Amino acid sequence: MRIEGKGLIDRAHPVRFRFDGVSYGGFEGDTVASALLANGVRLMGRSFKYHRPRGVLTAGSEEPNALMEIGTGAARTPNVRATMQEIYEGLEARSQNRVGPLHRDLLSINDLFPGVLGAGFYYKTFMWPRAFWEKLYEPVIRRAAGLGALSGQPDPGRYEKAFAHCDLLVIGAGPTGLMAALTAARAGADVILADENARLGGRLLSETEEIGGKPSALWVADMLDLLRDTGNVRIMTRTTITGAYDGGTYGALERVGQHRPETPDLPLECFWRIHAGQAVLAAGALERPLAFPMNDRPGIMLAGAVRTYLNRYGVAPGRNITLFACNDDAHRTALDLIEAGIRVTAVIDSRADATAQGDYRLLAGAQVIHSKGRRALREITVRHKGRQDTILTDCLAMSGGWNPSVHLTCHMNARPIWNDRIKGFVPAPGAVPGLTAAGACAGIYATHACLTAGVDAAKTALKALGKSAPGVAVPAASDQTGAVQALWYVDGKGRAWLDFANDVTTKDIRLAARENFRSVEHMKRYTTQGMAPDQGKNSNMAALALLADATGRGIAETGTTTYRPPYVPVSISAMAAGAGGKGFAPERFTTSHAATVARGAPMIEAGLWYRPGYFPARGETTWRQSCDREVAMVRDAVGICDVSTLGKIDIQGPDAAAFLDFVYTNMFSTLKPGRVRYGLMLREDGHVMDDGTTARLSDTHFVMTTTTAAAGQVMTHLDFVHQALRPDLDVRFISVTEHWAQFAIAGPRSRDLLNSLLDSPIDGESWPFMACGPVSVHGVAGRLFRISFSGEHAYEIAVPARYGDALFRDLVARAETLGGGPYGMEALNVLRIEKGFITHAEIHGRVTAFDIGMERMISPGKDCIGKTASMRAGLTGPEREQLVGLKPVGAVKQLTSGAHLFEPDADPVRVNDLGYVTSVCFSPTFGTYLGLGFLKNGRARHGDTVKHVDHLRGLETLCEICDPVFFDPEGARVRG
Amino acid sequence: MRITCPLCGDRDSREFSIRGHETYLDRPAPDAGEAAWDNYLHLRDNPAGETAELWYHGAGCAAWLRVRRNTLTHEVLKVDLVRDLTGGDHAD
Amino acid sequence: MRYSGLQVLAQGLMGNRGWKPVWRDPEPKPAYDIVIIGGGGHGLATAYYLAREHGLGNIAVLEKGYLGGGNVGRNTTIVRANYNLPGNSEFYSHSLKLWEGLEADLNYNVMHSQRGVINLFHSDGQRDAYARRGNAMINQGDDAILLDREGCRRMLPYLDYDQTRFPIYGGLYHPRGGTARHDAVAWGYARAADQRGVDLIQQCEVTGIDIAGGKVTGVQTTRGAIRAAKVAIVVAGRSGQVAAMAGLRLPIESHILQAFVTEGLKPCIDHVVTYGMGHFYISQSDKGGLVFGGDLDFYASYAARGNLPMAEHVMEAGLTLMPMIGKARVLRSWGGIMDMTPDGSPIIDKTHVDGLYIDCGWCYGGFKAVPGSGFSFAHLIATDRHHDPAARFRLDRFRRGVLLDEEGTGSQHNLH
Repeated sequence: MRIEGKGLIDRAHPVRFRFDGVSYGGFEGDTVASALLANGVRLMGRSFKYHRPRGVLTAGSEEPNALMEIGTGAARTPNVRATMQEIYEGLEARSQNRVGPLHRDLLSINDLFPGVLGAGFYYKTFMWPRAFWEKLYEPVIRRAAGLGALSGQPDPGRYEKAFAHCDLLVIGAGPTGLMAALTAARAGADVILADENARLGGRLLSETEEIGGKPSALWVADMLDLLRDTGNVRIMTRTTITGAYDGGTYGALERVGQHRPETPDLPLECFWRIHAGQAVLAAGALERPLAFPMNDRPGIMLAGAVRTYLNRYGVAPGRNITLFACNDDAHRTALDLIEAGIRVTAVIDSRADATAQGDYRLLAGAQVIHSKGRRALREITVRHKGRQDTILTDCLAMSGGWNPSVHLTCHMNARPIWNDRIKGFVPAPGAVPGLTAAGACAGIYATHACLTAGVDAAKTALKALGKSAPGVAVPAASDQTGAVQALWYVDGKGRAWLDFANDVTTKDIRLAARENFRSVEHMKRYTTQGMAPDQGKNSNMAALALLADATGRGIAETGTTTYRPPYVPVSISAMAAGAGGKGFAPERFTTSHAATVARGAPMIEAGLWYRPGYFPARGETTWRQSCDREVAMVRDAVGICDVSTLGKIDIQGPDAAAFLDFVYTNMFSTLKPGRVRYGLMLREDGHVMDDGTTARLSDTHFVMTTTTAAAGQVMTHLDFVHQALRPDLDVRFISVTEHWAQFAIAGPRSRDLLNSLLDSPIDGESWPFMACGPVSVHGVAGRLFRISFSGEHAYEIAVPARYGDALFRDLVARAETLGGGPYGMEALNVLRIEKGFITHAEIHGRVTAFDIGMERMISPGKDCIGKTASMRAGLTGPEREQLVGLKPVGAVKQLTSGAHLFEPDADPVRVNDLGYVTSVCFSPTFGTYLGLGFLKNGRARHGDTVKHVDHLRGLETLCEICDPVFFDPEGARVRG
Repeated sequence: MRITCPLCGDRDSREFSIRGHETYLDRPAPDAGEAAWDNYLHLRDNPAGETAELWYHGAGCAAWLRVRRNTLTHEVLKVDLVRDLTGGDHAD
Repeated sequence: MRYSGLQVLAQGLMGNRGWKPVWRDPEPKPAYDIVIIGGGGHGLATAYYLAREHGLGNIAVLEKGYLGGGNVGRNTTIVRANYNLPGNSEFYSHSLKLWEGLEADLNYNVMHSQRGVINLFHSDGQRDAYARRGNAMINQGDDAILLDREGCRRMLPYLDYDQTRFPIYGGLYHPRGGTARHDAVAWGYARAADQRGVDLIQQCEVTGIDIAGGKVTGVQTTRGAIRAAKVAIVVAGRSGQVAAMAGLRLPIESHILQAFVTEGLKPCIDHVVTYGMGHFYISQSDKGGLVFGGDLDFYASYAARGNLPMAEHVMEAGLTLMPMIGKARVLRSWGGIMDMTPDGSPIIDKTHVDGLYIDCGWCYGGFKAVPGSGFSFAHLIATDRHHDPAARFRLDRFRRGVLLDEEGTGSQHNLH
């Protein structure tokens, strides 16, 4: 029911929205919850387990009951708190976790069996017969459980992530936070003031009190002007600080566009990483419910929330409202209601010495012990002076006192401290380095004291920031704290809910204690109390108190569970903003990318790079046709392949050669300038890290190449070796992978092609195998390396990257005139397998130089990284699997990578396993499949036959073990 | 977590990668024996409290750093350039 | 008291007042045959199998906090036997067989759900590596199916097959893999061990290990000295500290692994799915929360809380792989302390002290290992001989170079 003249909503702007298909009206500034209450809608959801009818309990982000699906289609968002979702024109809200309409949820049948469905019942049953768990029990449980439903489609919304930096982060813009922000801003500090509500003011928006002689809402508006005047406060509304992390880093979720109809120019949410020099936590306090029997009906809500609906939204949640409390504060609700002309049937205060603060009926020393009303509250039963009375009421406002919002102070593992005065936990001092908790979240409830605490907290922060604090006058305000009595639960007939969201009742806690789940962690995990969307904000205190009573301990001794980030649930879309689709990782393109794509080559991922799989020619319909042609082209004429993705590290200095001697197993100091050498690099644990060629351009200048995959790892490794282990070496190096475009020119016509291109022709004498040096390409200074990854007479030519595209097109055109053309990764792979060259398929991190037959490359005359560890007993010897070549000789002439190897007559089981296949190709050169693999004692077994078994692909065949170099083992062609 | 790189200043930890304990600075001689190498490569005191680790400012200046840190609180106590500890120079 | 559907019904009708404590709270005795330090999943399982398989009863489990308070209650609950290397392969295979009989064994529903694990791959090279692994699984007698892209699409239609940065080539499907309710595993073993006479002693921190003449004689605790002929250390996350009490230095560094759970959602993910191009794995709990995790935070830590960059990275991997989870909201994140070894595989071995045994180094694969680890460790403690499936989990394998490096990332604790 809307109250005329009350509230901070904008009555000039009516808004229509729909809930479960029915159209309702509200005003700008309303939440779904306030607007529904204004329309007399009280049933807003169903509970998790028993599917009980539920209405709104709170007016904040801690709401456990009124969770809804907002939006339609792919944009539908489940589990949205109706208490936080602002309405906008056309908003669609839908109740969730129900079968059938909300008022006739079929699963409410569960509510008939509370005894059977109590805490942990599922641990004791559903065990027989075994197969029924996956087939029957679990599917039924899963369908009944859960809350809202995902749409099943990609989230179409826009999200952003951002960083922010400030001297002081003020968390919460109630009286404490506002004063803290103003004090710090006036000292010249760069301040971020964040509040999860749409407007500043915090609790003041819900109260009728005065500050500085003004209604608090006016005072807040004035403060906003003052803060803006300072010019150094960034005000972030609708922004919840979600987590406190190391080093003054805070996570924050800003609801940028969720309160508007679709606005494509705005993200829905932005996830902030705020780095703050200091922080003031002014997060306020949360009211706690009272656990009396049948306390979960729609219409039963927190007293403070009733004030919020009344004063902030101008809504009376009922016509006959009753109060049930154990503290003074709740009496304000009665006064405000009466002031607004709402009937207050009674104030039921558990304290025998409670006194009425206004003109209402007070039942002191009384308790509510029951309620009735199927889909909404109709009546309550009160126990008073030994009598039981029934009171007809449509709204019960309850208050069990307040809990300081200590959550963020627990994020770094600190445990809050029990405070008997306020009957609640307060933050441990120093819980989060650089963060000062102040005001209600530190257990200070009187408004004037909060204002003062805000100033003091800012001063503390300013001191730590090395800034002097200005004098800030604290305005006059109420200094009433109000007394509170501990009342955690009321016994009686029926269930009394603690955790509304997870349907945990006092009986469940007692059952846990009875079964000896006495540790607070055991109780939580057994009953699931505190594990629902509200993270126990509404229930932890009472559950803890009940457990303490049930186990005969005090609350402080019983201890608490820990609050973990995030403070409010954060969407994956927000925290992962930008990572959807291709955004997950950067894309690296070679200079030949455009020309390659233009030729129709399918691009495949190689680390972050894209490389062509093959270049389809006219008439080719399968990759194999293209691949076979490209292989033959390289073997018979000439092929062009972009190899720029290989890591290139430029190494210079007087000790460059000595440095390479230390990182490679073999010698580089003996390499002559103008020559290239293959190098093998080990990890310090003796296994192969990477391989590649390194060219010596001059005495003091080398260019190292790494594999594409290991380029980053090798660079990090070289930096480590130099800075940490060999600072004595005068050497400098830098990655030049991006700076040079490099192309392989491979095949018997490669020199012919080059000589048509280079400004000065080359010959075999000046450019023998493994030669390198400068060349001029159409006047551009480039480098030429006579190296081969195909076994053919081949070169790699490098030019500055800006010429890469032009050179690639030129090379391909020239190759085509010679009967050649470009080739892709598939052909490259076939060529290297035919030649027995290894890639990371073979050097997969578990192999040693011994395993790949390169132990003689570990130079005996010097130390190098990995040498000592490679000598360990377990890393050499006939038990090791060694690199071999494989040729199919069985009936099936095919091999597959990933197959395992066995003796021909052995069962293909683990104990008989002799090795495995790492790389396989169909070799057009040999007209057969070829494989590389690892076999126990393989080098001694060339010529033997083993069985190749691939269970997964259903392939079993025999193959002959041979040397891994199938093609031109003498190396005549590379030298040709 | 934030780390103050001696060269670049106060930075978010996401600019860095970590290798492990500073033990990795004390590479044994090739003939130091199996036990010394076992200590170097594998065995760790693994303190619950103050420790010193080697971090790499890969998204920054490429310096290796020794970071003194508390493993219980994640407090960063001191950051040194590895080059300063090993006697390397600062030409770049 | 035996648990059954009938019992639940009967108790429910009587107001659930008849349920008995799941375990006793005994005072520690002055002496035991065997003292197990650590009341987590592995320690409780060890106690249970010592009692069941070896008929031993005079055993105490000493727990400094509460039972199951460590990593058994802080993980992503995945149970699988899909290892590549001999040594791991047979161990996890044995463990999975124990899982399959666990509920009947313990008379406790641990909700072991064999919903299938699918490891996605995103390149030919990854496919070949997974094929090798899948064949190793079948060689071991376990199950594996190689799915192509269409096979994945049929089972996991909600993945991004078109726009994602690293396209899905296929997946290795392990039908017998799945999940279990983590806390229930600890409680089920605890209850069953207690029923066989094992003393489970909570709030009892071991402060010293007594050794005389190279032989263990007992432990010092916050609840007094306890004599024991054999002492077993099973304290993942704290292995280094406890081992140091016996002068033992371990090849272990403690690292944080984060995990995340969303608010409850109606069923949308029916398997365990892992992403091959970013460390990300996910399943949906029976309560409806999406449970997922990623890689280590990489720096040594005992703080049991994670950092923000890794949390974001995990979400990013999830979103690129399965864009439909974007609207799911992360409810809670937590960090467990992992014993990371230089090769990513565990240790179950004797020590240099006679009668002192250690089970540690589970990295972040410890949950699925609980039954196997308990079984094999109990075998070692009871017989002084290594149990075959765990025979390669030796302390000295690093020194000797007989490594079990599934990832192939090398001897660096934080790379596995």
